[in-house]
Amino acid sequence: MKLDPKIPNGPLEEKWSNYKKTAKLVNPANRKKLDIIVVGTGLAGASLAASMGEMGYNVKSFCFQDTPRRAHSVAAQGGVNAAKNYKNDGDSIYRMFVDTLKGGDFRAREANVYRLAECSVNLIDQAVAQGVPFGREYGGYLNNRSFGGVQVSRTFYARGQTGQQLLLGTYQALMRQVSKGTVSLYSSHEMLDLVVIDGKARGIIARNLETGEIERHDAHAVVLATGGFGKIYYLSTLAMGCNGSAIWRAHKKGAYFASPSWTQIHPTSLPQSGDYQSKLTLMSESLRNDGRIWVPKNLEETRLANDIPEEERDYYLERRYPAFGNLAPRDISSRAAKERIDAGYGVGALKNAVYLDFSKAIKEQGQAKIAEKYGNLFNMYEKITGINAYKEPMMISPAAHFSMGGLWVDYELMTTIPGLFALGEANFADHGANRLGANSLLQASVDGYFIAPYTIANYLADQIKVGKIGVNHPEFDKSERDVKEKLNELLKIKGTKTVDYFHKKLGKLLYDYCGLARNKRGLEYAIDEIRKLKAEFYRDVNVTGDAGTMNSELEKAGRVADYFEIGSLMCYDALTREESCGAHFREEYQTEDGEAKRNDADFQFISAWEWPGGADKVPVLNKEDLTFEFVQPTIRSYK
Amino acid sequence: MKLNLKVWRQKDRFSEGKMVDYSLDNVNTHMSFLEMLDTLNDQLIRNNEEPIEFDHDCREGICGQCGVVINGIAHGPLKNTTTCQLHMREFKDNETILIEPFRALGFPIKKDLKVDRSAFDRIISSGGFVSVNTGQAPEANSIPVSHDIAEAAFDSAACIGCGACVATCKNGSAALFTAAKITQMALLPQGKEERSHRVLNMIAQMDKEEFGHCSNTEACEVECPQGISVLNIARMNYEYNRASFLRSKKR
Amino acid sequence: MNTLAHKIIMALTGLFLCFFLLIHFLGNTQLFLPPEHAQQSFNAYSSFLTGNFLVKLVSYVLYLSILLHAIYALIISKKNNNTGGHYKDDQRARSSKWYSRNMGVLGTIILIFIVLHFQNFWYVYKFGKISLDPWGHKDLYTVVVTAFQQGWLVIIYVLAMIALAYHLIHGISSGVRTLGLFNPKFVRWINVFGIWYSIIICTGFALMPIFIYFTHK
Repeated sequence: MKLDPKIPNGPLEEKWSNYKKTAKLVNPANRKKLDIIVVGTGLAGASLAASMGEMGYNVKSFCFQDTPRRAHSVAAQGGVNAAKNYKNDGDSIYRMFVDTLKGGDFRAREANVYRLAECSVNLIDQAVAQGVPFGREYGGYLNNRSFGGVQVSRTFYARGQTGQQLLLGTYQALMRQVSKGTVSLYSSHEMLDLVVIDGKARGIIARNLETGEIERHDAHAVVLATGGFGKIYYLSTLAMGCNGSAIWRAHKKGAYFASPSWTQIHPTSLPQSGDYQSKLTLMSESLRNDGRIWVPKNLEETRLANDIPEEERDYYLERRYPAFGNLAPRDISSRAAKERIDAGYGVGALKNAVYLDFSKAIKEQGQAKIAEKYGNLFNMYEKITGINAYKEPMMISPAAHFSMGGLWVDYELMTTIPGLFALGEANFADHGANRLGANSLLQASVDGYFIAPYTIANYLADQIKVGKIGVNHPEFDKSERDVKEKLNELLKIKGTKTVDYFHKKLGKLLYDYCGLARNKRGLEYAIDEIRKLKAEFYRDVNVTGDAGTMNSELEKAGRVADYFEIGSLMCYDALTREESCGAHFREEYQTEDGEAKRNDADFQFISAWEWPGGADKVPVLNKEDLTFEFVQPTIRSYK
Repeated sequence: MKLNLKVWRQKDRFSEGKMVDYSLDNVNTHMSFLEMLDTLNDQLIRNNEEPIEFDHDCREGICGQCGVVINGIAHGPLKNTTTCQLHMREFKDNETILIEPFRALGFPIKKDLKVDRSAFDRIISSGGFVSVNTGQAPEANSIPVSHDIAEAAFDSAACIGCGACVATCKNGSAALFTAAKITQMALLPQGKEERSHRVLNMIAQMDKEEFGHCSNTEACEVECPQGISVLNIARMNYEYNRASFLRSKKR
Repeated sequence: MNTLAHKIIMALTGLFLCFFLLIHFLGNTQLFLPPEHAQQSFNAYSSFLTGNFLVKLVSYVLYLSILLHAIYALIISKKNNNTGGHYKDDQRARSSKWYSRNMGVLGTIILIFIVLHFQNFWYVYKFGKISLDPWGHKDLYTVVVTAFQQGWLVIIYVLAMIALAYHLIHGISSGVRTLGLFNPKFVRWINVFGIWYSIIICTGFALMPIFIYFTHK
């Protein structure tokens, strides 16, 4: 199938305004007759639900958490980018566009990325108007900090809890609509299937996680804003509940899945301390503004960090990338850390970490200033590790973090199923092969506040004549039956191993063979192993309890069952992309000094995968060619 | 280390619950409290028993989903810490640990250690927002906010909505939660326009949700993971009195 | 009426009673005078208080305050007892002061004391048989002195004053907070003031029966 991204004509700067000028509208009186389902209440989902509710549509908002305010956007720490140029350091929409495109290693659409930068400006206005307490200068104006991968200060922040504050602003906007009755809230509900009628997305099957009840919900459009699936690695910076099931089940109903293997491994997370560990806590990348990363120069180093003299420390980021130093982009920093750790220079009990050192910054700026900027992060570090990072360096290591991949969407954020939209991290669109720091909050918010409200209206404009969808169509019966069968299948196995056992094994496989560095042999091995593991899962997993009540094990089992299939697709994706780009590093394709070697001649496209109709079949690859009209791809160098 | 656990088990909202004894070996001191519960659940599943339901999600202290009462204290022995950030090094070998759900009339128990905190959503829904529509907000720097006011607003806005304040209050009062939002909005110029309606509506909703009176014992501040100050409650009272005094007609 | 309105009634009546205590205390300091002076001035003061219309009005406000304070305390406690959680193992005590959690108990002690106190003096003065002093006033002073010759009564009064002191320490800062004082600096001042106010007044009151007990043997 030919993939049409539907990019509007015209110069780069005018594409989005041209689109808005000509997009179809829905008469206010008709809006309340149109139903929209929004799955997920993070920044993307909640902002869209609030915006659509405000306009008068009839919105149903779903989240698996017990309240929308806990969606995982809440955990983003560092900040949100916007090309406001308040610092007068030469920033502009165009520069932000280039930075993001380059950061993504030229594997994203120009028009999408430009629109992201363009709308960033409005997002800050919106958030401030909602009462988000961004950091301010003494004069009362907004302050900025710099972030990895760029040379300007364009990151707005609310201490180390920017995601929380942005999400609360959005959540409050959503709750305002709930009180007005335009949005109905379905907390503790998990979407288990997409209902497609006559080729269009027309509803979902959801499970009420508190009662176990299976519910049918119909709508004229369905929006998935369900976040990333990095939890597939088991050990990740994501929340325990984050999952890929909603987008995966949509994929199985016909939505293409783009670049599943592009997972960002975040360089500054806390290292693993044992096999009981359930997650890796992220320490904001903003720490790299003032912290210096190093490992000892001696392989057999046994001294404490503070006892190692300056000349015996290897500040490897500053050494390898003098222009960006400790602010090198995430993929590069993570890989550099892995290179040092694999070479045996790692620190900590398991030798799996590197130092992040603040002694210089504390000496220069004083402890009070550092505490104001990162106080909560230092506290968090001490709570988890018992170490005071004002006195000795932190220990950090890379951890799975963000899914650049996701459902393939066109310029309108619509998937290959008409009427099904994907927003935020759940889609693949704007970050290319690597996301820059502080662009994730931005993309999620911009999708939900400023883009999807126009594009969904454009889609809905001719849906008004369809009338109420209703939940009695045979497709609803079929989907509900499938969902129930699947749940019963999992419950019936009654084997000997826990769901977590399989999840951990799958995560380890993926981290080793489809993580920071991949190669052909490893990927083929992983595909095979995943198949075996999946077979073992369906033979020997033990899911306790039943489907008719609250049952966390059943929820987890359903998610892990999907993870096997997603994991397998990730390996296929990584295997077929015979180049290194961004977070995707194929060992066969590297320069002599270990840098990624991109192949624009053969791989300047987006891999959009099609469900082959069965888990045992090889997925079908579709390509969307990327054309660069305005910026010519260059070798991405941060030296 | 080895632990003796007494955990509250309750089948659903309508059942009676009771404390059940479990013993757990091989607990690592670096484990977080929730990882210890994971380990216990792992053991239960292996024995074909139903695992314990407990709330958790981000496990880094920010989502506010986790929260149990450990040895009679909300979120356990460490002050200003969520349950997920509590580590087993705070406990002794062979210690007996009692684990109960957050309890208050406003927080009915759903199952085992999970409680229903949707009352908080309804309180926010009754007025905890700035009424601004999407898309056409004025330029951000056109509303200057002094550094100190912004920082103070942040201190109030930092609330994670976990409900430890209610669980730790002998009256089951939601004053700190409600006050933090009212204060944040009252401090900022953006929120000032609606301050009177907001405080009256939010307090009306708070009362409707069966939360108790605040009797200023200040226990909430001590146990709050974000250290939200009780002076927020003072500010809420001020805003309420001001609004009641200025109110000309009932809305 | 909502929870905050209940609290405002508690705060206003409570703070009014605190203020009354100050006046009551200042008047009663006459008991520390040498006996012959004390008798004359204390009795004159007492009869002035009963004769004055304004004072009478204030006294009705006082009775009403005590009544409202007690009634709303009951309403609030009943609700709070219902809304608050109860744990198998309750260690929540670590995060607050015991007297802030037991205002109801302290208040009940004080209420019982007030009844006793009224019966000891107020009732006797108003309705009892009471002789006149050489200056023609009802001789309340002698009633007081006689009463405080009983050691057990002195002990009860001292204990009640201890209860009152703790009740006031929490009550003053809590009452002012309910009225909405939120500036951290002023709150600090009020808290310090409240502690001193409570200690000075209650110690002073407690010293009166002790002083009389020991000086009139």
